[in-house]
Amino acid sequence: MSIATVAVEPAASNLRLLSGNHACALGAIAAGCRFFAGYPITPSSEIAERLSRELPRVDGVFIQMEDEIASIAAVIGASMGGAKAMTATSGPGFSLKQENLGYAALAEIPCVIVNVMRGGPSTGMPTRPAQGDIMQARWGSHGDFPVIVLAPGSVREIYEETIRAFALAETYRTPVTVLYDQSIAQLLETVELKQPGAPVERKWASGPPEKYQPYAPLDNGVPAMARPGDGYRSHTTGLTHAENGFPTQTPEVVERNIGRLLGKLERHRAAIESFQTLRCEDADVVVVAVGISARAAGSAVAACRAKGIRAGMFRPITLWPFPEEALRRAASGARAVLVPEMNAGQMRLEVERVLGRDVRIEGLHKISGDPIDPAAITARIEALCI
Amino acid sequence: MNDPIVLEGNAAVEEFDVRKYIRLQMMPHFLCPGCGHGIALRALLWAVHELGIDKDRLAVVSGIGCAGRLSAYIDANTFHVTHGRPLAFASGLALVRPDLHVVVITGDGDCLAIGGNHFIHTCRRNLKLTCLMLNNEVYGMTGGQVSPTTSETRITTTTQLGNAEPHFDACALAAAAGAGFVGREVTHHVPKLKDVMRAALEHPGFAFVEVMSDCTEIFGRKNDMGSSPEMILRQKSEIRPSAYRDTVETPFRPNTLPTGVLMCNERPEYGAAYRQYAQTVKSAGDGKQKRG
Ligand SMILES: Cc1ncc(C[n+]2csc(CCOP(=O)(O)OP(=O)(O)O)c2C)c(N)n1
Repeated sequence: MSIATVAVEPAASNLRLLSGNHACALGAIAAGCRFFAGYPITPSSEIAERLSRELPRVDGVFIQMEDEIASIAAVIGASMGGAKAMTATSGPGFSLKQENLGYAALAEIPCVIVNVMRGGPSTGMPTRPAQGDIMQARWGSHGDFPVIVLAPGSVREIYEETIRAFALAETYRTPVTVLYDQSIAQLLETVELKQPGAPVERKWASGPPEKYQPYAPLDNGVPAMARPGDGYRSHTTGLTHAENGFPTQTPEVVERNIGRLLGKLERHRAAIESFQTLRCEDADVVVVAVGISARAAGSAVAACRAKGIRAGMFRPITLWPFPEEALRRAASGARAVLVPEMNAGQMRLEVERVLGRDVRIEGLHKISGDPIDPAAITARIEALCI
Repeated sequence: MNDPIVLEGNAAVEEFDVRKYIRLQMMPHFLCPGCGHGIALRALLWAVHELGIDKDRLAVVSGIGCAGRLSAYIDANTFHVTHGRPLAFASGLALVRPDLHVVVITGDGDCLAIGGNHFIHTCRRNLKLTCLMLNNEVYGMTGGQVSPTTSETRITTTTQLGNAEPHFDACALAAAAGAGFVGREVTHHVPKLKDVMRAALEHPGFAFVEVMSDCTEIFGRKNDMGSSPEMILRQKSEIRPSAYRDTVETPFRPNTLPTGVLMCNERPEYGAAYRQYAQTVKSAGDGKQKRG
């Protein structure tokens, strides 16, 4: 072969310039997502658009449903069939999905829901960023139910956390919400598309079908799921059910089963929790911030340190379950805690619950549809130090 | 993705024994005496038997209501989902598992009121699913409120002086929205009901079957319609099998309800169409379009 005919290809690079929404779509594919159902809504639609192109190439299915309720229903249905499945939406659509999200939590059907936050309430500000769904993401459906919410703060993290969302959903058989806002969704950043290992797979039922109990937990507190066609012929319902999967209202049985469900994630907190601390060791003021607000907070901490002010930052990446112990440790030496967030004070409520009355806690709230300016955070830190 | 189903039929048709298809441990069932839903269930299982459908390959998705409760009685892969949404759940399941027979059991309220939007869009898409809507003209589970199929003048707990709203003709709606197969039958004719369901299960696209059920306890009683046999006989007297459709009598009996297979067409099935589309994307995309 002569040298002239050898194509000189640059080493395939994993670096890509991507928006948050495109990174989310590619993260889903890398995690093994093979079904997506959605309904267009700003600022999440690029996820659906990208997946409508990517999924057919990997033998997956994309479908645009008639509304958000149908979208999450189809996602849960696909997951019942054995596929890793995801939907993506924004505030108004996230509200519509809540009933079926609770169904997935109770029936223990793994699925991933992306909620790209925009200004609310109601139709609000479709093209402006906000962080107003922090509490809805935890408590949006009726009744007590377990849920995992991941809150990435950069395009790279959206890619990685989307992959982690699938792993957690499969491992703990629970819906996982990926929560970020319009500004990161449409921000362009360079991402290294690291290929994860083999996709994490839920535990499938094995062994003799006569012995199979669909909701009897394995050692880790999570039951094995029956895949249709494997011979188990089990029943799945949104009615409160016993270990055998059939409805029950017997108080002891309800207590045992709902108790296990609610304890399921608590038991694995250490594996689910994820957070970042920045210079908290000696901090007089600890800023607690999530998502895009944490990026402003990070700059503010740097600016304060340059002025000799001892500031630090604590950033939950797993927003729910909230990393309580880690926050207590991070804020243990602080005189004051500042919670900047693009809502009227939702995460501050949780910070107050966790830290109690021993430390001064203030909020910096922005509800105008603008992100929080680092200078505003710096000024508040300075004020808290006086 | 698994390969699509091929129906082979039950070559050596043994006598149908409903006990082979139900979860005996769930008996006695919770339906009221006289309720037509149980007859519909039996007809479905009979059709499943005749077609030789493997119970392991049968998935039943049901909504909320008395009709929705039926899935729990079937010895198959059963999913009792949320009110009004079984068609949407079933669509996701059927799209990723074309190797399963996915059957939806829904009520008139479940399918046409809260689930109305999913219903018309599922008809339009024509994805391979079999949908049985058990029409008892009322919200049975919640105690007898008016439904989108309650006839005018009927008394329900929310129409105490008689219903003033017109009702849906679910079959006409399904046909207009694009369903590949539309059928209707009364519970009085069990073998015919089984035949319509069988034809629906065999249909390659979306198949809708309306079963005229009766709610004796909380609908018939309020409207002085007599006991279950009387309600069922009244339904029988009001129907007009599709085979009679062009006879001279039709103009003189305009209020009869057509039954049997009302519509059956060969519109492309959506699952197959999507798989074809995906194949095209795959071959066109290779090399041409770079990721990232
Ligand atoms: C979101 C929601 N709204 C309302 C209900 C209450 N509900 C349960 S069953 C039902 C109506 C069922 O009527 P239909 O579909 O006609 O079935 P039937 O019970 O008559 O068989 C309603 C309104 C519910 N479970 N969920």
